[in-house]
Amino acid sequence: MSLPEGRARVETNEGGGATLRIHGSAIGDRIYSGAITFFALCVPFLLLAIAWEIGVAGWPTLHKFGFGFLTSSEWDPVKGQFGAAPAIYGTIVSSIIALALATPLAIGVSLFLSEIAPRWLRQPVGFLVDLLAAIPSVVYGLWGIFVLLPVLRDPVMPFLRDTLHLDKTGLFSGPAYGPSMLAAGIILAIMVLPYIASVSREVLLAVPRSQREAALALGATRWEAIWGAVLPYARSGIVGGVILGLGRALGETMAVTMLIGNRPEIAASLFAPGYTMASLLANEFSEASSDAHLSALMAVAFVLFVITLIVNAIARWLVWQVSRNTSGRAA
Amino acid sequence: MNRRIFLAIPLLAAFACGGEKKAGGADSGAANSASMSSGADLTAAGATFPYPIYSKWFGDYATKAGVKINYQSIGSGGGIRQLTEGTVDFGASDAPMTDAELAKAKGPILHFPTVLGAVVITYNLSGLDKPLKLDGDAIAQIFGGKITKWNDSRISALNSGAKLPAKDILVVHRSDGSGTTYIFSDYLSAVSTAWAAAPGKGKELSWPVGIGAKGNEGVAGQVKQTEGAIGYTELAYAKQNHLATAAIANQAGEYVEPSIESATAAAAGISAKLPPNSDFRISIVNAPGAGAYPITSFTWLLIPKTIPSAKKQKQLTDFLRWYLTQGETSAASLDYAPLPQPLIAALTARVDSISGGTAP
Repeated sequence: MSLPEGRARVETNEGGGATLRIHGSAIGDRIYSGAITFFALCVPFLLLAIAWEIGVAGWPTLHKFGFGFLTSSEWDPVKGQFGAAPAIYGTIVSSIIALALATPLAIGVSLFLSEIAPRWLRQPVGFLVDLLAAIPSVVYGLWGIFVLLPVLRDPVMPFLRDTLHLDKTGLFSGPAYGPSMLAAGIILAIMVLPYIASVSREVLLAVPRSQREAALALGATRWEAIWGAVLPYARSGIVGGVILGLGRALGETMAVTMLIGNRPEIAASLFAPGYTMASLLANEFSEASSDAHLSALMAVAFVLFVITLIVNAIARWLVWQVSRNTSGRAA
Repeated sequence: MNRRIFLAIPLLAAFACGGEKKAGGADSGAANSASMSSGADLTAAGATFPYPIYSKWFGDYATKAGVKINYQSIGSGGGIRQLTEGTVDFGASDAPMTDAELAKAKGPILHFPTVLGAVVITYNLSGLDKPLKLDGDAIAQIFGGKITKWNDSRISALNSGAKLPAKDILVVHRSDGSGTTYIFSDYLSAVSTAWAAAPGKGKELSWPVGIGAKGNEGVAGQVKQTEGAIGYTELAYAKQNHLATAAIANQAGEYVEPSIESATAAAAGISAKLPPNSDFRISIVNAPGAGAYPITSFTWLLIPKTIPSAKKQKQLTDFLRWYLTQGETSAASLDYAPLPQPLIAALTARVDSISGGTAP
């Protein structure tokens, strides 16, 4: 693309960088910049509009119950008592379980695909991992009910509880019925795995060859090269992938609803049923007819919205921290 | 040349975006746009439980009378909301509208029972050669968490001769708001004062014990997978999936197995005693009468008493007369219990009270 003469000028700014400025632009340019500015502003506006709409609808409940809405465990639509603590707790705990299980697995998969796997194996395995992301969540839920739950009920849960004696920790105790926080965490782990794996793989593939070669040239083993030279370089990208997975885990609805047992109660044991905010909404929204109940559900949606924003803000900050450290060390 | 293409992209996007916005504006009532696109004459929304039979009725009626009815099974709560807001021509619900809900509507709403739904108790116990027998008190105590073992004397007293294991009872209930839960809790509130006090009756409850599963299939799946589990589903689902169902003591102390006939018998027992000016918002759980299955309920169409459009008024009243005569005969083919004869007569007379306006 050639620019008309005399219209373009390269300006040197303070930092020493250069900016291309186009002066006397044609009307088309103005329309163009106006249009893209408009589209760019559309997105934050949409976000604000959603937050406002949900916030207004949920306000009566937040106003009535105040802080107790976040701390009370009583959810009784018949009596009009609403406390979202178990759902908030369940949302966070199931997502933590999911990330704890999925992250090592996903990094392992992506390391294998980018560093170790022979070339002919990379494509098909990578494709299959990505395909996990394309499965509808209701299919995960059905698979969970008919395959995962029976396996958890016997032998996994009794093994954890009785054979490994993990019931003493309190995390793996109580009757093994199947639907539980643990089941929800496991299904979420499988669902977020492809997100983390595919981002990590791209990031690892983007690590310059020189990074590996330098480590190997210094006499590092393959493992040391990966651990010491490749992973630190890719760290911020991998954290970004984990955050993407977390976002998915926090908002996942259908599969979790089918496996978590839907009990608004905070239990120490992961074998006990729990609840998440997303599944609470999915369960009750369609049949909620009283204003108080609807407003309480909207308030839950608002809390979920805010928690997602906070988690994402923390995640952004984390990525920023990590990338700053990495580039600082590289310099 | 390049530059022109470059400019064209956001412009195209702008058109696409503008188009979308326009569509969004017209979409404010989802039902409206759906009716326009499919060319339906009447729109309705509501209960999911009777959806299979309604969809058959509306299909049959469209073929016969050429009047298309677009029914969205979005749930009873959603149906009542859309009817109140006037975005649909009529609604459908598994629970009658409360006085507060009726007061919010734009005009008087008539309740028309269509078919009967029954809720069955399903369980997973090996080694029983006869269906489990339960009475209202035992069911309330099991689902209330007061009876926790299968060999509890309060269960074994009702099942003399049956070998009941010393297993823990796992209660499975619906997690999603549903008319099935409403009917079941309506029954429990009728037979147990403790249950009526808490948790009470509703489409969603604060359950004292148990695991919540989504949908009939979720409850049935969990019960089938777990030895010692007990849950409830609607009759049609239980019949089609051959679930083990309990015989339940009715008001006369007779143990009745759930079936289409025993559900209709429950409605017959009650409707014989209806006052002539009934609004049909009646609960028929724990009904008197021989062979009446106690956990039975109507499901209703919610029809505005005054319909502004004369054309729609005629189309709707014609349909109501059709379902009361022709529609009812096909209910049993889809495992819904039809209304008893005397009730149909009373309802047919009631169709005439629906008035039309002068709007086209």
